[in-house]
Amino acid sequence: MQLSLNSFLPLSLRVRLRPIAFIAALLIAWQIAVSRSPVHILPGPSEVVGGIVDLIRHGLLLKYIVASLFRVTWGFLLAACLAIPIGLHVGWHRRAEMALNPLIQIFRPISPLAWIPIAILWLGVGDLSSIFLIFLGCFFPLLLTAINAVQNVPAVHANVARNFGLSPAAVVYRVLYPAVVPQLIVGLRITLGVAWLVVVAAEMIAVNSGLGFLIVDARNAGNRYDLVVAGMVIIGLIGLLLDLGMRSLERVKSLRWSYSED
Amino acid sequence: MNSLAEPRKWEKYFWPVLASALFLALWHYSVIWSATKVFPSPLAVEKGMAQLAGKGLLWSYIADSLRRVALGFGAAVLVGVPVGLTLGWYPTANQIVNPVLQILRPISPIAWIPVAIILFGIGDTTAVFLIFLAAFFPIVVASVDGVSNVPSMFRRAARNFGLSPLQLLVKVVFPAALPQIIIGLRIALGIAWLVVVAAEMIAVDSGLGYLVIDARNSGKRYDLVVAAMLLIGVIGLVLDLCFRRLRNFKSVRWGFRNES
Amino acid sequence: MVFQRDGKTTQVLRDVNLQVAPGEFVCILGPSGCGKSTLLSTMAGFLSPSSGEVKIDGELVTGPSPRRIFVFQERGLFPWLTVEGNIAFGLFKLSRLERDRRIAYYVKLVGLEGFEKAYPSELSGGMKQRLEVARALAVNPDMLFLDEPFGALDSITRLTMRRELLRIWEAERNTIIFVTHDIDEAVQLADRVAVMSDRPATIQQIVTIDIPHPRDLSSPRYLELRNGIFDQLGLAHKV
Repeated sequence: MQLSLNSFLPLSLRVRLRPIAFIAALLIAWQIAVSRSPVHILPGPSEVVGGIVDLIRHGLLLKYIVASLFRVTWGFLLAACLAIPIGLHVGWHRRAEMALNPLIQIFRPISPLAWIPIAILWLGVGDLSSIFLIFLGCFFPLLLTAINAVQNVPAVHANVARNFGLSPAAVVYRVLYPAVVPQLIVGLRITLGVAWLVVVAAEMIAVNSGLGFLIVDARNAGNRYDLVVAGMVIIGLIGLLLDLGMRSLERVKSLRWSYSED
Repeated sequence: MNSLAEPRKWEKYFWPVLASALFLALWHYSVIWSATKVFPSPLAVEKGMAQLAGKGLLWSYIADSLRRVALGFGAAVLVGVPVGLTLGWYPTANQIVNPVLQILRPISPIAWIPVAIILFGIGDTTAVFLIFLAAFFPIVVASVDGVSNVPSMFRRAARNFGLSPLQLLVKVVFPAALPQIIIGLRIALGIAWLVVVAAEMIAVDSGLGYLVIDARNSGKRYDLVVAAMLLIGVIGLVLDLCFRRLRNFKSVRWGFRNES
Repeated sequence: MVFQRDGKTTQVLRDVNLQVAPGEFVCILGPSGCGKSTLLSTMAGFLSPSSGEVKIDGELVTGPSPRRIFVFQERGLFPWLTVEGNIAFGLFKLSRLERDRRIAYYVKLVGLEGFEKAYPSELSGGMKQRLEVARALAVNPDMLFLDEPFGALDSITRLTMRRELLRIWEAERNTIIFVTHDIDEAVQLADRVAVMSDRPATIQQIVTIDIPHPRDLSSPRYLELRNGIFDQLGLAHKV
């Protein structure tokens, strides 16, 4: 779909406009589909925007965003503080990895949401159980990231360290820990995305604030589907921002080393 | 890089068995010491599972969950791989479409439930739709990556030999991208399995996820809850292992040299 | 120093006997895959011989030690440390003052002034190799083991690097054992060249290069020695 603006705009600007034009086209198509459909439940883009404005006016938007971010932060940090040190040591000691691997492989595919009954049993309904769910959702991926990171460090680094007479403990602290940092950061970014998915799901079930709750509540208390979709859009945008934020961390120069295996 | 001692062959079985046995023992005795009336011990879980199996419910629930995964995942593969290949092949197309994908991707499939219910009602289709959504994005991303990682050398060599663009795509690009696509498929399958359980907890009334919620709601049968959880874990693991077998086919084995 | 070694389950090396004098520059020459890297790793203590023994100064070698530093190709550098950081890596037992002094000295010796704060990813191939050598020398080892260190460099840079290595060697006079597959490189650098056969490898011949440094690459004696090795390896003189 080449517009007649072609001849007026420089190439770089045209290129940047293309994705925006695409999104605009999608929005227009959505609006048309909604206004054409006989059963008018699903909102069109204009109604969604109206819903967002509504939320801002009632001061709810910020409150819900903060609630969701709060839970994510706690669950994520707790998981990182536990999973990374454990994972680094399990990855380093081959026997530990052999021992724990089956257990990890069985627990990993269990969706955090499947833990909800147990979470509610141990921690009740509320913030704690949703933080626990996020913790669970982050723990296993981060554990595996740390284990893999250790195993991916080229053996040559350990050999060099031994050559220079470092004690085994020093090899771990002076060589292994710095070597795994780039991979850990990538793993943290991916797991943060997972945490964001889990928090929304957890809020839909187990608490009464936050963006996930907004979606459920908006529907239950009055079929406000404009708010439902507004909630979805905001979730998408914040998730994207979190991801971009972590990516910029990856680019920090003093942290940026990687291993090309070929 | 590992610590140095080279473990013996028997150790490969000894340590996991030891660790699992310790875990079970820990679980068992925690239940006894804490004198909980509700949380089940390993034996209670096992009895609960046998009970379910006896009633025939177990297999039908497992079959339901697997069926939904198969449908949703299959649809995601059929749609996602061609989309990903196209986007990877035409960078312009990727540049246009990618921002939309990046915004949609962080929206948990669970958040789509209300919308899905409006579109499809309560039942299987909704669950399949959610699984499709969840698996779609990783598959597309992996396919795009797979294509963009095909060295341009390959394209040049193929053109040198006079292949048409379609032949190029099918005979050169697709096989070259296949290892990476398979990695993406494996990850997507894992995600699909997570989502089916979640979807079943909310939007349908059969399957392992439903069992987890139902066992608690109708009678606080935590033994069944935990039994369901363990089954979810084991089946998820089995699915993953099956997929890893795929790697061994010679036509893709070359791409997995470095994977553990 | 006496080295004596047999091979492994696939016999890589067979009946290797080699004696090296202190301060000597010895090249181990052979085609790729013949086992010379295995020999080098065993000498340095990273592998233990399945039969025979490695002795340095009369003592049995049981593992790697800072007295015998192995210079890996550039991938041995730590990417999270700067040039200074890498050189300082083995110097943890020294005082701050002494450490800084040595870093400055070796940076100058290998010609990396101005790049002290640079990271390995910012250096060229030749510079990374020099950094490896600097790091190795900073701990004042008795012996240096180099495994085809210039293999990843272009042939022009290689000539420069050989000159640099000889200059450094003449300043420091460590014992150097250098593995290569390049016949010219061996004849240009070494006091003695151990020519190895194919797998299972053994030492076919030890050639003493009696030309003093700097060696003229077109002198008759150089060509004579070089051709001798060509013949030894059964290679044709014309392409």
